[in-house]
Amino acid sequence: MATELSHVLDHIEKIRELDLEGVPPTSHVIDVVNALRADEPEPSLPREVILAAAPERINDGFGVPTPGAA
Amino acid sequence: MSELTDLTAAAAAERIRAREIAPAELFEAYRARAAANDLNAYTWVADAPPPDDGSAQAPLAGVPVAVKDLFCTEGVPSQSGSKILEGYRPPYTATVVAKLAQAGAPLLGKTNQDEFAMGSSNENSGFGPVLNPWDRSRVPGGSSGGSAAAVAAGLAPWAIGTDTGGSIRQPAALCGIVGLKPTYGACSRYGMIAFASSLDQAGPLTRDVTDAALILRHTIGRDRHDSTSLEFPGEIALPQAEDLKGIRLGVPEELTGAEGGIEPGVHENYNAIIALAEGLGATVEPCRLEHAPHALSAYYLIAPAEASANLARFDGVRYGLRVDGDADLITMYSRTRNAGFGPEVKRRIMLGTYALSSGYYDAYYGTAQKVRTKIAEDFHTAFERFDFIVTPTSPWTAFELGSKTADPLAMYLNDFMTVPMSLAGIPAISIPSGLSEGLPVGFQLAGPAFSESRLLDAAYALERAIGFDGSEARG
Amino acid sequence: MSPLTPEYEPVIGLEIHVQLSTRTKMFCGCRLSFNDPPNIHTCPTCLGLPGALPVVNARAIHFGIMIGLALGCEIAERSLFHRKNYFYPDLPKGYQISQYDVPLCRGGRLGDVRIHRVHLEEDAAKLNHLGASGRIHGSDRSWVDFNRGGTPLVEIVTEPDLRSPEQAREWPALLRTTLRQLGVSDVNMEEGSLRVDANVSVRPVGSTQLGTKTELKNMNSFRFLERGVRAEISRQIALLERGEPVMQETLHFDPATDTLTPLRSKEEAHDYRYFPEPDLVPVLATEEMLAAARADLPTELPAERAARFETELGLNADTARLFAFRTELGDYFERALAAAGGNGEQREVDPVELSNWIPQLVERIGSDADPAGSNVAPESLATLATMVKAKEVSRDAAREVLTRLVQEGGDPRAIVEREGLGALTAEDDGLGKLIDRALAADPAAVNQVRSGNMKAIGPLVGYVMRETKGRADGGEITRLIRARLGL
Repeated sequence: MATELSHVLDHIEKIRELDLEGVPPTSHVIDVVNALRADEPEPSLPREVILAAAPERINDGFGVPTPGAA
Repeated sequence: MSELTDLTAAAAAERIRAREIAPAELFEAYRARAAANDLNAYTWVADAPPPDDGSAQAPLAGVPVAVKDLFCTEGVPSQSGSKILEGYRPPYTATVVAKLAQAGAPLLGKTNQDEFAMGSSNENSGFGPVLNPWDRSRVPGGSSGGSAAAVAAGLAPWAIGTDTGGSIRQPAALCGIVGLKPTYGACSRYGMIAFASSLDQAGPLTRDVTDAALILRHTIGRDRHDSTSLEFPGEIALPQAEDLKGIRLGVPEELTGAEGGIEPGVHENYNAIIALAEGLGATVEPCRLEHAPHALSAYYLIAPAEASANLARFDGVRYGLRVDGDADLITMYSRTRNAGFGPEVKRRIMLGTYALSSGYYDAYYGTAQKVRTKIAEDFHTAFERFDFIVTPTSPWTAFELGSKTADPLAMYLNDFMTVPMSLAGIPAISIPSGLSEGLPVGFQLAGPAFSESRLLDAAYALERAIGFDGSEARG
Repeated sequence: MSPLTPEYEPVIGLEIHVQLSTRTKMFCGCRLSFNDPPNIHTCPTCLGLPGALPVVNARAIHFGIMIGLALGCEIAERSLFHRKNYFYPDLPKGYQISQYDVPLCRGGRLGDVRIHRVHLEEDAAKLNHLGASGRIHGSDRSWVDFNRGGTPLVEIVTEPDLRSPEQAREWPALLRTTLRQLGVSDVNMEEGSLRVDANVSVRPVGSTQLGTKTELKNMNSFRFLERGVRAEISRQIALLERGEPVMQETLHFDPATDTLTPLRSKEEAHDYRYFPEPDLVPVLATEEMLAAARADLPTELPAERAARFETELGLNADTARLFAFRTELGDYFERALAAAGGNGEQREVDPVELSNWIPQLVERIGSDADPAGSNVAPESLATLATMVKAKEVSRDAAREVLTRLVQEGGDPRAIVEREGLGALTAEDDGLGKLIDRALAADPAAVNQVRSGNMKAIGPLVGYVMRETKGRADGGEITRLIRARLGL
């Protein structure tokens, strides 16, 4: 894995040779702003539906090992 | 070989509207072929035709569609080709799929794909590779390999896939069919299991350009669930151009030069199509896309970076695979993801994490986003002088299974001509343009944002002139 | 025990998280939860299901801009959301959508403290622990309730301008009153709609460099905030005086023991790998949006009200702040000021005199009560203050009148008459006789006073006050005695 990744990185490194002084980064390729939603409630998913996918169910919620417990 | 499954989707729709065939009949013909297929093109096939709800009167007349595994389809497995989502059935349906169903194109089946859309050969699937119907020892391309193989082999009238760096266009080329990546934002991404958010787009894989136009017409549109989707200006016209008079085509030297690593047979075909286009009245001239040689590097920084964040939700907590839930939290996380993700996905997550990490962000992700700006500018400038930019879609024809899996970089090079358009967010189409040593070759046309109708028209004129016959793959 | 030793001064900054009182979550249309059964307010977006996408709540932006304007911030023309990446069970996507280097608001000031920035983000879900204490230590199984996940949060970060534990208690109270008046949040620390963390460091007095700071979390009330900050300042000073360095860490405050323990870091690494959120587009604060936010601001915010009380009404700074920070006191005060006197005349009350009586009222009804809900009508308090100022009743007697008013309401003049609490003044013959008796009863004191020891006047005044049962004003008695002695 490490060899493959370094090989890829060697190729990608070349990008750093370009002179990109003053070029703005593209964080969004489309010219859209303010895609906002009205503060109106929409139906939530039924709890049974979402818990049906849960690998572990505890107390109507999603069970997990406690963080930090050994 | 059934006559029914030889029809293009548009032709089948005509027959249905003329009451010569019923939607259920067409559905069953395809369903049976899909269920029996030996290409491993499908991960799930419907049990039976849907109940008749008047789809014959709907615009798409009940002609069923094959849908790439990563589109969420309520109650139906949606796994994005990954073991980490094996058997996962979402509680909602992707907007694009819902729109198609509403337009009268019900779900035929879910098609196989490279895991999380990462790949160019469909060899990265958690559910086995897909085979190319033209030669079963070869790959169909990827990541929408299943959709491409299904359409090419007559296992579906048409299909939808996704294209992030070429994942619709490249398999379309390798399988001898049409594949279109729309303008970024034209189709909703809601319900598409994400790979790279700023690049992913849904699009059609079809037997001909007219079918592609039909699907596009019914999948575009602003979706309030997707902030990055926009209202498409105007409608998608069905193509009808008979020539290319007045069309100015640009040939980018950076992408098509012989040293670019393009197979001779592909290069020959490309030149032949250029000549054909001139014969149809187009002017062809060289154009510059100065930063295109760096597109692949930029793409392989941006896409994995976004993917590394998009795939963080697969942690075994709320759905999907969980391994060692009785161990401590960190162990559960790492064993789940280690078992659930294939090697290519892991590679890209690591690459993406690295590109975003503190101290490296500016050099990698930051730089890549600047290169992206330059690439978009290059196209913008080129489109002042040209209507479309043209290239071969793929540098080579379908390669043998296993022949490029040893070196990821070799696999990444599949995309060097499709990635620039993805980075710029502009639409591009691949049409089958001939055979080289018996294997399909694809020709790519790219246009400015929202030029789909004109793009489809030009592709249609070329398609007519080329006269490609894909029936061999349908057996 | 003051932590402020002559050598070191504390430098404190605050990070405040405010849950907005919108109807729906930050990025989806699920309703906000109020102690509802677990997991009934979820959807693909706030659950982090595959393929889900966020969409920004317009009202949250509106509230964010209102907060920025109220705090005197610059509202960014264009701001971006970013992904903050880390793994934790209460973070369904494995990243939080927040704002990084292009936040909604920058700069600003509230009272004595400058604001560094204000930004929007989504709240995490609730992680519950099975185990006797319900706390994370001592449990090995937990479960997640996603109702809270996705609630809109505004994060307000101050400059490190606070300089004492007391200020760490008082300033958040001003912020809370301000936010409450804006109507953007319940700002209730007990319910979790207001959370305050403190960044604390110390440095030698006179230095302009900043010392290493620690982050204090889990202070669930302003009092605990003060105590936690005080404990941390002491701890840091003690370390430095022993020649040991302060380590940068996160500490958890335990109010039962006033101790701070290092919190186990919840993220694996502190590198959040921020990058612009590709699923959302930039937010442009248009003129329209700014105008709409301005239109929804109250006409006068607490800091402005305190300034007006001080400069226009002459209240001292502390009293002005008290009345402005506690809206109900300020409102009551202003109603009393505007009240008409008896017989329908417009009687002008002296604001400073009136202001003395509000704390007296508060003492009698309880510090959490609203004076408007008491038996004392604002006009009555105004009348009482006027009577005291006009020496119609002594201060001591007025206190008794107030006690009666609190018990039964009514008009202070009526109570004074009924109870015979009117002031005794020099014109009253009875007072003159009492003064004579006082002087006669204690000739030693009289001699002391005559020979220049003013303190000796005390017992003489006391004698008269006792005899008048407080109806005569102490100051007045002193003046009369001195006059009688020819001083």
